[in-house]
Amino acid sequence: MTLLHWAILAPFLFAIFVPLVYKVFPKLHTGWFVLLLPVVLFLYFLQFLLNRTHYETVIETVEWIPSLGINFTAYVDGLGLLFALLITGIGSLVVLYSIYYLSKEKEQLHTFYVYLLMFMGAMLGVVLSDNTIVLYTFWELTSFSSFLLIGYWYHREKSRYGAQKSMLITVFGGLSMLGGFILLYLMTGTFSIRETIAQVDTILSHDLFIFAMILILLGAFTKSAQFPFYIWLPDAMEAPTPVSAYLHSATMVKAGIYLVARFSPIFAFSAEWFWSVSLFGIFTLFWGSFNAVKQTDLKAILAFSTVSQLGMIMSLLGVGAAALHYQNFEYYTVATLAAIFHLINHATFKGSLFMVVGIIDHETGTRDIRKLGGLMSLMPITFTIAVIGAFSMAGLPPFNGFLSKEMFFTSMLRVLEMNMFQADTWGMLLPIIAWIGSVFTFLYSMVLVFKTFTGKLQKEKLEKMPHEAPIGMLIPPIVLASLVVIFGFFPDLLAYTLIEPAMKSILPSLLAESEHFHVHIEMWHGFTPELFMTIGVVLLGTILFLTLTKWKKVYGLQPEKLTLNTFYDSSLVALDSSSSRFTKFYMTGFIRDYLVYIFAFLIVMLGASMASLGAFSLDVSKTAPVGIYEVILALVMIAGTLTTLFSTSRLTAIIALGSVGYSLSLFFVLFRAPDLALTQLIIETVSVALFLLAFYHLPELKRREQKLRFRLVNFIISLGVGVIVTLIAISANSERVSETIASYFIENSYKLGGGKNMVNVILVDFRGFDTMFEITVLGIAALAIYSMIKLRLSRREEG
Amino acid sequence: MEIIMSIVAGILFMAATYLMLSRSLLRIIIGTGLLSHGAHLLILTMGGLKQGTVPLLSEKAASFVDPLPQALILTAIVISFGVTSFFLVLAYRSYQELGTDDMEQLRGNDQQ
Repeated sequence: MTLLHWAILAPFLFAIFVPLVYKVFPKLHTGWFVLLLPVVLFLYFLQFLLNRTHYETVIETVEWIPSLGINFTAYVDGLGLLFALLITGIGSLVVLYSIYYLSKEKEQLHTFYVYLLMFMGAMLGVVLSDNTIVLYTFWELTSFSSFLLIGYWYHREKSRYGAQKSMLITVFGGLSMLGGFILLYLMTGTFSIRETIAQVDTILSHDLFIFAMILILLGAFTKSAQFPFYIWLPDAMEAPTPVSAYLHSATMVKAGIYLVARFSPIFAFSAEWFWSVSLFGIFTLFWGSFNAVKQTDLKAILAFSTVSQLGMIMSLLGVGAAALHYQNFEYYTVATLAAIFHLINHATFKGSLFMVVGIIDHETGTRDIRKLGGLMSLMPITFTIAVIGAFSMAGLPPFNGFLSKEMFFTSMLRVLEMNMFQADTWGMLLPIIAWIGSVFTFLYSMVLVFKTFTGKLQKEKLEKMPHEAPIGMLIPPIVLASLVVIFGFFPDLLAYTLIEPAMKSILPSLLAESEHFHVHIEMWHGFTPELFMTIGVVLLGTILFLTLTKWKKVYGLQPEKLTLNTFYDSSLVALDSSSSRFTKFYMTGFIRDYLVYIFAFLIVMLGASMASLGAFSLDVSKTAPVGIYEVILALVMIAGTLTTLFSTSRLTAIIALGSVGYSLSLFFVLFRAPDLALTQLIIETVSVALFLLAFYHLPELKRREQKLRFRLVNFIISLGVGVIVTLIAISANSERVSETIASYFIENSYKLGGGKNMVNVILVDFRGFDTMFEITVLGIAALAIYSMIKLRLSRREEG
Repeated sequence: MEIIMSIVAGILFMAATYLMLSRSLLRIIIGTGLLSHGAHLLILTMGGLKQGTVPLLSEKAASFVDPLPQALILTAIVISFGVTSFFLVLAYRSYQELGTDDMEQLRGNDQQ
């Protein structure tokens, strides 16, 4: 265990002490204690950044299950470090924010922080693991902790619904991803991601390649809320706002992005990867931003906006994969550069926007834009932060969102110049959808700011008189908003510290060990097509914003029945009712039906295996000669059996059963088994007596003798059982493979057992254990009968 | 001989199955009785019905029948007797408590 491993596991260890602190120091807001950890971790990960001179990666292994090749290998490279800094940095700010957001008196703070720390540890584990199984373990832990956090106010119906939905969808993706990892293991024989990347040639030519890719992409798309799996994210907004800010904008939803980036070196050579990642991403961008405009809840707008921005990053990662096929790769790697840059930018502005919405909710009691308005003069600081965040999100200068949006357009335009994967024909789609999506992005960003802060204050609709939030609540969004501005003016701060190493992790095969990507981001490129595209976005966006009320009816065009949510809900209901109907269909509660299943299965299995193996055989050479007494006795036995079957009275049936038993004992006499004959005679007598006793006690009501219900099914089944047993018996008898061990008993029963009755010697000497437990069985039966008759609890209760 | 005995055992199994599929509780128990008879007969037959003397060493014969299946059957008879008597008392008690022996009425019902 190195320091790095302790750093990953620290949140889990810390979580153990949180309830203790909560109980012991009731006056302290537990958050202050929790805040220590992400800050320390952030500083710890920051020193990786500052100490690195040669961009080396750090690999530390702790054996977990070495026999299966599963080891806890912590691996810090550019990509992992970028995510680790995001997780701990925004984690610190979110914890600080939550201290002011969550009330010490009203909330169960210890559970909140335990879940949050669990999530933080799981997320660090995801981004810093080199072993796919360990990655999967942490991945599912993020799903679980997210489930717990969404359902934090568990007394609310909607919270539980949202938590369940996110759980079902992300765990579905997680399990698919596990399948993908196992396929990768089958192809390469290792769970280590680095070693898998080293064998990329084997994987590319393997038949399982495409399946592994689809399964892993399913994991990434569900987690990162891509179309059509985005539906859980808007419902996850029932979580407390710090959770939405942290999990559902900055970290967890980027786990899918991380996965795509991390596995790019393996899959990015294929056309399928290029098209699926970029097309799903670009469509998600459009769909998310289009739907964000129609929302009236601020958090819902932000949720759809997150979906949209994640789609944008995803499509950039897909387009960046094309660089692998060109000599002048630097021309196309701008997409990967834009993806990473926008990933950072999105975390900053989206985090601050969520916090702003939380503040508005906290200060006014509502998040509905129809009730809000005119908050600009009342909450100036919040307003400033919101403007910075929203303008950055819309892609306006001078904020960092502008830079990444420009690069986004650049990358999409460069798709047009590609001459592979049919990019020259279908590639047209990407810049067009990207531009339309950006118009809507601009639109909802404006809605977010202007519907909330400008216009008339509607005092009568608000629960309380709004005023500026406490300073502690404002610090985290201020920090994030400052970062938005700083990264906007000085993007080169990030260039060689975070972005370039991360690019190297995503596209490792392009460069030799000592080379570096050229990263330079600047505000002004001259009059490029991208600039005109941005101007077009602003113009059209403004027009649409001003005429919003006139064309908003468009959203009514998609009927409620055809939405993905309705589809999800009705498929859950259908699953529930169809499985319940299926169970009711075959679980009738009637023993006869179950016996029919069992016997039918027996007949089919035995019959089919006999037929398929050609196992039937008939050999009469070794059989004993047929004797006249046996034949007569057999006829008597058959007659007795048939009498039980066809008797209309129960009394006849019992006597016929007795006759079968007595003829069996006569068989024992004929086949030279005196002890058996004796036992069978006695036991048959006692049994018949018992049967008559039970018969005698039949209630009056039911004494009418009922004719057997003749059913065709019963007949076929029983005939089948009889035939199968006969066939197996004859075949087994004809195919004797080895001699019996009878000679041993014949030789030794006197020598070793000291008895001349071989059967008895076997029973009490050679195989005495059988007898002992048979006595036990009788004893238990006797005790059970006794207690059944004596113990009558129901009557005692009544009496 | 073994072939005839196999057929007899098969008929016993068939009748037993048929009775076990019926509605009356007592008939089901009669069916289990027939089933154990069939099984015992089958064990004996499968042990080989070779002509030989009773497995008693005092007979001083040249060959004896196989004693092992007999020991197995003896154990099985006793166990099936124990189980059958338990079943019978169970059936008797359920007549007393529930007032019916009709399996159709004794079916499990999750609406209760």
